[in-house]
Amino acid sequence: MGSELLLFYAFAALAVGAALLVIGQRNPMHSVLLLIASFAGLAGLYVLLDAPFAAVIQIIIYAGAILVLFLFVVMLLNAGRKEAPEGLARPTTPHGPRQAGAALAFVLALELVWALWRFGQPPVPAGVDRQPAAIVSSVRVIGRTLFTDYAFAFEVTSVLILVAMVGAVVLAKRKVS
Amino acid sequence: MSLVLIAQLGLVVFVFTALLLAAAAMVYAERKVAAAFQQRLGPYLVGPRGLLQPFADVAKLLLKEELRPRGADAFVFMLAPVISATAAFAAFAVVPFGAETTLFGLLDEPIMLQVADVNVAILVVFAIASMSVYGIVLAGWSSNSKYSLLGALRSASQMISYELSYGLALASVLVLAGSLSLREIVDQQAGSWFHVVPRWFVFLQPLGFLIYMIAGVAETNRAPFDFPEAEQELVAGYHTEYSSMAFAMFFLAEYINMVTVSAVATDLFLGGWHGPLLPESLGWIWFLLKVAVLLFVYIWLRWTLPRYRYDQLMRFGWKVLLPLAALNLVVTAAGMVYFGL
Repeated sequence: MGSELLLFYAFAALAVGAALLVIGQRNPMHSVLLLIASFAGLAGLYVLLDAPFAAVIQIIIYAGAILVLFLFVVMLLNAGRKEAPEGLARPTTPHGPRQAGAALAFVLALELVWALWRFGQPPVPAGVDRQPAAIVSSVRVIGRTLFTDYAFAFEVTSVLILVAMVGAVVLAKRKVS
Repeated sequence: MSLVLIAQLGLVVFVFTALLLAAAAMVYAERKVAAAFQQRLGPYLVGPRGLLQPFADVAKLLLKEELRPRGADAFVFMLAPVISATAAFAAFAVVPFGAETTLFGLLDEPIMLQVADVNVAILVVFAIASMSVYGIVLAGWSSNSKYSLLGALRSASQMISYELSYGLALASVLVLAGSLSLREIVDQQAGSWFHVVPRWFVFLQPLGFLIYMIAGVAETNRAPFDFPEAEQELVAGYHTEYSSMAFAMFFLAEYINMVTVSAVATDLFLGGWHGPLLPESLGWIWFLLKVAVLLFVYIWLRWTLPRYRYDQLMRFGWKVLLPLAALNLVVTAAGMVYFGL
């Protein structure tokens, strides 16, 4: 077994194992930490895919910025350990969230089936010229593609984030007054 | 094993040891310089001129009792200083500190004086800097102490705020150099203009350099931005509850981070190992000198400036430093387009 394959399994195990443990924690703080570990595993996989830029961006944006916000929210809400009430084996969840969760799980399962069905077909449709990974992952190429071919999606995403920010400010203001 | 491989493994060990010794040297320098600023002698009893004082400090810390507050999250409490120290060491791995060398003809093919030559080195430094926030935040949270938590919250918001300016200052240099590799950026600064002024980026990016250094001081939580551990308000901030070796690891991380910030500044703005008089193979002497000067500035700032107020720090970061950094980036990019570089 090559060292690259060995590394792939190590990183994959870290990413999947940590992701599974995230939902198994009683303490939300530990969940956030495990999510960081999972993202680190993903970054390792990107490095193995010859995409160091994607790996570093994964760390800077997800592990470095977004999860720090998660951590803040968990800390400030002081969401402590979810203890089971007296006499109950485990905490019960209301029906509404349960049904919503079931529906989401069903959608996810469908998506997974679809992805597996596509497996084996060429990932890139015919007509699109394929480039080596090293070229595609270069910063120059990513920047150019982002601001030409995907400019619309890029701008829409930024507007979406702006809307979320304005929404958060409005909600926070209302609470004060 | 080939000689080159052994040399490269040796380089890893060397950088690790050098960082430890640099931290020890910084502790000593800090105390001596502080003493000079205050017309005292500083440490002078342990070893000649007190040179062994840092080692005595380490021995003392090692022998102290390890304490953990009741109600602390044991695992996270132990993990936090490890994250801090690991991040501090890891960041230096991508920093080049000298030209290619054959170790005085010992090796057949030259090796680089850099642990890992990554082509996105600047971003790696930035990514690891953003990870070091976790060490502090987790330390504050897991200590189960109000002073620790307040210190950690302050530190996190301070680091996030100044990280933006830090990143924009880095981006200006990236635009100028057109490369993300620290080695290539250093190599572009070789030579001089009109045989007088060295071709360092600091002369093209004076504002960028200033912003980088200010944000760097804030990132490393040093005076006058040392709010996370403001004694008068927070006892000792995020490491209030830490003792013994766990405390030493935070201490170590802070000093190594200063060395890394200075080393990256040297590579980005001060021409790295390029300098007059010395041949290329001895360039690392220039590198060490430049880093030492920047580290002295760190100490100088600490013993000269009083601490700001916390709201002043935040206002300065968001309303002065960030707009200036953005302006610097836009002007740099516009200049590059205008001159067709």
